[in-house]
Amino acid sequence: MWTWFYKLASPPHVYAAAGALTPWFAVSAAAAIGYGLVGGLVFAPPDYQQGDAFRIIYVHVPSAWMSLFGYTSMAVAGAIALIWRIKIGHAVAAATAPIGASFTVLALVTGSLWGRPMWGTYWAWDPRLTSELILLFLYAGVMSLRSAFEDPARGDRAAALLGIVGLVNVPIIHYSVVWWNSLHQAATVAKFGKPDMVGSMLWPLLSMFLGFMLFHGAVLCMRLQGEVLNRERQAKWVREAITA
Amino acid sequence: MTVGAVRAFNLVLQRELCLSFRRPDQLLQPLVFFLIVTTLFPLGLNLQLSLLRDMAPGVLWVAALLSSLLSLDSLFKSDADDGTLEQLALCGQELTLIVVAKTLAHWLVTGAALVLVSPLVGIALGIPAGAFVIMMSSLALGTLTLSWLGAIGAGLTVGLRRGNVLLSLIVLPLAMPLLVFGAAATDRAITATSAAGPLYFLAALCVLTCTLAPFAATAALRITLE
Repeated sequence: MWTWFYKLASPPHVYAAAGALTPWFAVSAAAAIGYGLVGGLVFAPPDYQQGDAFRIIYVHVPSAWMSLFGYTSMAVAGAIALIWRIKIGHAVAAATAPIGASFTVLALVTGSLWGRPMWGTYWAWDPRLTSELILLFLYAGVMSLRSAFEDPARGDRAAALLGIVGLVNVPIIHYSVVWWNSLHQAATVAKFGKPDMVGSMLWPLLSMFLGFMLFHGAVLCMRLQGEVLNRERQAKWVREAITA
Repeated sequence: MTVGAVRAFNLVLQRELCLSFRRPDQLLQPLVFFLIVTTLFPLGLNLQLSLLRDMAPGVLWVAALLSSLLSLDSLFKSDADDGTLEQLALCGQELTLIVVAKTLAHWLVTGAALVLVSPLVGIALGIPAGAFVIMMSSLALGTLTLSWLGAIGAGLTVGLRRGNVLLSLIVLPLAMPLLVFGAAATDRAITATSAAGPLYFLAALCVLTCTLAPFAATAALRITLE
């Protein structure tokens, strides 16, 4: 019954599918990010309190979301690989980690750039910034654990397990840090009911989020192709795929 | 000869405690480290007792975390090096049971010992004696949780040659909630306000790790032993 699923997860199939999907993701990401940037940076009205400085949210908020999405998808891919012994899951997890870590860095950098004019300092020990920083440490732990093993298969499984443990911990870390101190403005988009944002500000933000997702998809496909080639470098189909 | 699960648990616990007490220097080193680190802070800062008391919970907890980390590396290392761990994994008993016994023994000789020494540090940092009970119970819950998190980390890094730094890199981010709640509980005890909230959080984390971490640590060991 599940054979089609396993066939779907076979390295040659994944390599070809990732290659075919990359341009679609890339083009739609460019469109969504393009609309989001023009709408957000040009057409959206300035904030009544923060002026034009608020416009950094069009990069900051989607990258913060993507940092969490990246960690979650990395842990889920690792869990799938660990539980059902689907090897391609490890390749997906390995390909996702650096992308998620980059989004985390982007969220931290844009956050502190925004903090300079708004809070008067590049770094405040605000709960969300701090838990974002800890998330970066979690990424670092998973990535360095994976590369620390000489046997890549072992490194994969160890990193997958650590990813799952980290995923259980992410909400605990987040709420402990929130409890510890609060300076950040409360959530305005991910609230039940109507968001506290006017449509001309909100739509570009959602479009940016979609664009970042698609961009993530495109980069993931490219990285996944590289991962698969590297992992399967002894296989015959790789030689055929490269020489073809 | 096969033995029951309870007997096996007791045997492993006895063996671990016996091994630890035969090497008293290894027992004492993390405790001395704990004392030294807490001495560093007053030396590095301008010594004012009021300022010191404000910083005491943080200093105490950071020092406790660091000294517990030091001893984590030895949790599985020596047994893995001489092959005992593989024998334990193959002996027919549940590996989880053995992991629980080893971690518990490890906590008794490191975490519980640290709790017993902590009043010394408390006096040095100007923590009032009335706060000692809460400080010690928060440390007890925190170090037990940390031992469990550390068991996962030690299980993951046991096969690595230079796993020690990596172990800290893995465990410290996971341990940050402990620092937050532990320092909060100690701080409230010093200011004589109710420390029930953070203590409950610490207890919840402790229960969570006591129930889930043994399985994660076992899975980690199986990955590295395979």
